[in-house]
Amino acid sequence: MRIRTAGVIAASLLCLVGAAACGDSTETPSSTPSADKAGGELVIWADDKRSAALKPFADKFGQENGVTVKIQAISKDQQTTFLTASQQGSGPDVMVGAHDWIGNLVQNGAIDPVQLTDAQKTGLQAGALKAVTFNGQTYGVPYATENLGLIRNTELAPAAPATMEDLVAQGKKLVAAKKASEILCLQSGPTGDAYHAYPLYASAGGYLFGTTSSGDYDAKDLGVGKPGSVAAFEKLRSLGEKGDGALKRSITPDNAVATFTGKKCAFLVSGPWATADAKKAGIAYDISAVPPFAGGKEATPFLGVQTFYVAAKGKSKALAQEFVTNYVTTPELAVALYQADPRPPALTTALDQVKATDPDVAKWADAGKNALPLPAIPEMAAIWEPFGKAEAAVIGGADAKATVDAAAKTISAAITK
Amino acid sequence: MTTLLEGPATRALPAPDEKSASALGQGIKIVLLGLVVAIAVWAAFPLVQAEYWAGLGLLVAATAGLLYLYLTPRHVPAKYLVPGTIFLVVFQIFPVLYTASTAFTNFGDGHRGSKAEAITAIQTASVTRVPGSTEYQLKIITKGDALAFLITDPKSGQVSIGDATGLKPVGENPPTGWTVLTAGQASARSREITDFAVPTSTGAIRSSGLSRAYEGKAVRAFDPASDSIRDTATGKVWKADDAIGAFVAEDGDRLAQGWKVGVGLANFTRVITDDTIASSFLGTLIWDFVFAIGSTGGTFLLGMCCAIALQSTRMRFRGLYRILMVLPYAMPSFAMLLVWRDMFNTDFGLINNVLGIHVDWLGTPITAQLAVLLVQLWLGYPYMFLVTTGALQAIPAELTDATKVDGAGPFQAFRAIKLPLLLVALTPLLISSFAFNFNNFNAIYLTTEGGPFPADNPNAGATDLLITYTYRLAFGGSGAQYGFAAAISIFIFLIVAVVSTVSFRRTRAQEEVYS
Repeated sequence: MRIRTAGVIAASLLCLVGAAACGDSTETPSSTPSADKAGGELVIWADDKRSAALKPFADKFGQENGVTVKIQAISKDQQTTFLTASQQGSGPDVMVGAHDWIGNLVQNGAIDPVQLTDAQKTGLQAGALKAVTFNGQTYGVPYATENLGLIRNTELAPAAPATMEDLVAQGKKLVAAKKASEILCLQSGPTGDAYHAYPLYASAGGYLFGTTSSGDYDAKDLGVGKPGSVAAFEKLRSLGEKGDGALKRSITPDNAVATFTGKKCAFLVSGPWATADAKKAGIAYDISAVPPFAGGKEATPFLGVQTFYVAAKGKSKALAQEFVTNYVTTPELAVALYQADPRPPALTTALDQVKATDPDVAKWADAGKNALPLPAIPEMAAIWEPFGKAEAAVIGGADAKATVDAAAKTISAAITK
Repeated sequence: MTTLLEGPATRALPAPDEKSASALGQGIKIVLLGLVVAIAVWAAFPLVQAEYWAGLGLLVAATAGLLYLYLTPRHVPAKYLVPGTIFLVVFQIFPVLYTASTAFTNFGDGHRGSKAEAITAIQTASVTRVPGSTEYQLKIITKGDALAFLITDPKSGQVSIGDATGLKPVGENPPTGWTVLTAGQASARSREITDFAVPTSTGAIRSSGLSRAYEGKAVRAFDPASDSIRDTATGKVWKADDAIGAFVAEDGDRLAQGWKVGVGLANFTRVITDDTIASSFLGTLIWDFVFAIGSTGGTFLLGMCCAIALQSTRMRFRGLYRILMVLPYAMPSFAMLLVWRDMFNTDFGLINNVLGIHVDWLGTPITAQLAVLLVQLWLGYPYMFLVTTGALQAIPAELTDATKVDGAGPFQAFRAIKLPLLLVALTPLLISSFAFNFNNFNAIYLTTEGGPFPADNPNAGATDLLITYTYRLAFGGSGAQYGFAAAISIFIFLIVAVVSTVSFRRTRAQEEVYS
């Protein structure tokens, strides 16, 4: 027995030594960089599509600078995954994501500001640059923009409607002639969709947050609950199920585009991501701005900006800064990312280059030329759900004033917490 | 294995096949223990790196304990109990304790890290470029261990060395004695480079990547003496408030970057005193019970009826029916919930189209509640069918025959004999099914999202369970509030625990009656 026990102990010790040796051999290169090729490593996180597009450029950056670049695709909950991993020290050096994360990333100390030269700043679309500016700092390098517009089936509706009323009249005619079953495909669903409702809300005189003197969104000035917002919800109600029937809760994020490509509605309010489906379905389409209400304000959509961030808790921050501020700003990369996912590039030169080959891009950029950057302040999180539910309620025919007041109460309660 | 454990006496004359079996056991043992040691070594490196000695001590003690236990011939019961106990601790007790401890903190968005991290974040975020200052070209240079910036002014072409004492113009590029670092070498010293600042009269020159430098100024600075952040441009002061984990100015303005602190019972009192929670709590709780009991009871009744029907030997193709019956159980419930949601769509849904009706299923409270119960019934009855089939087969046929002899009809036989015996076997399953459905987040969130919501209250919908309702409160409005969420989950745990305990007590009483 004793001999056996000794044998087992010896075997375990062997394992231990072996494992320790393995551990050593993997640890060595990163702890003591050799003279010629140091162990510099840059880790980039992006979603599935962009990871693939970034790969060749990342490899090139790695070769030019003698470092290894690793790209990891994060397919779900990118923002939360990034925050949690950063906090644990296992996050990336560069993160790719939407600009409206900025407020939350900053309050969690997860990203660092970047310093762009004046030349780099003027090379970007003004709206895109404004979107990544938060509390007077630039928090990332934008590379693509996206905004809503009106996609219409040109077979059913040859001319772009000038006003919302015009659109509803055209749509009603098509429904009456049995050429379509819906007047308008604008996704709402049973719990509403604040992002897609916003252009109409803005056109009818509503706003979400006021702006401070420096041009930032001001969380203390909440527009929901103000008279303008009540008037806007009144308009949504008149377009809703008890009114014109142009807005319906049965049109959801899942079926809005499919209904349009199935030629059941002539008008779709959506973004650049929907054109691929329309092309695949062989639909003759055109893109224009979302039409305003007659006599109303402009139907400004939100501007979303895809952005490269420098992670504050990354291990190779200097290298990440170099990559983001001096490499991502090149037009070649912007064009490649456009090819992976056709949204207008944020870089003016790249946008001009892409416009020449793809007329859709120019139309999307036109539809969004006055788009408002999606508020990046953390308080925006309090808006989405209550606003959406209020929208769904008035589309279903609920009283606008009472609904907006309840939403405003919920939002301000969440903001002050 | 056991012979080995009993010591040398029994090993004196082992049977031949027993010997080979014990050799195999010995081999498995060596491999498993080797794995344990390997995992321990693998886990030790990060602990050493983080200088977390208490954790390392625990790891060493646990590994040594395991090795001792399985190498000594004594403590045989412990050999069986320890693996299960370890998994219980790691996967059950630890998460519960962690959740409970989180409930006493303000952990959440804006309060994730330590105070030092918050201060660093505030200072870094406040570094702004000095207006109108030059944008320099940069190289990182070293001499021995010392690091310096080699800075070129693009307008004048003037080259200077910058270090912690300031800028010094030099003639040659690179200056003698210094070597220029490649990007790879520089990135290995990333932290040093990003923290490096060359003081100037108006601020400090800092790196922006590895090839550019700018003159920047940290507008906000931390003063350890007064424990506050001061804005040098406006003179505004935010004092650290360690009770809430944030820097607060006199006018109530709060800096966004906060830190994690213990808040005592604040999360619990907030659950109890919050107006929005109080106003909708009772209604949500009642519906939660209706939903859990309805889901469990409905699936059990349907599953049991199907099982009894397919128990009858007069039925043909029983095997085929049984397979068909189990199909919904075999499909991923995530996908099925989404499919059902679309089938209930007013204008495009399958149900309205097939039946030729125009019901706004998910738009009115009663129909939405009916809809989620229907979905639950469809998803859940195959499980109940399976377990009931099993339990029915375990009931001896003689008992049913005996009731026939006594002159009881089939229904009476079922009520008096089969059902009570079934319930004895299945009540624990029904209770766990109840507890599961009480917190069945997916069933609601993927179908109705808690809706429909009354126009005047976007907080609580007609199909909201406590879990979906509180999820919205903790994660919907103001970002993720893990501390608050943990406090809520403790309350929900208490409710489920009370219900389950009472039910199990009653089951035990029932078992005594029937056994």
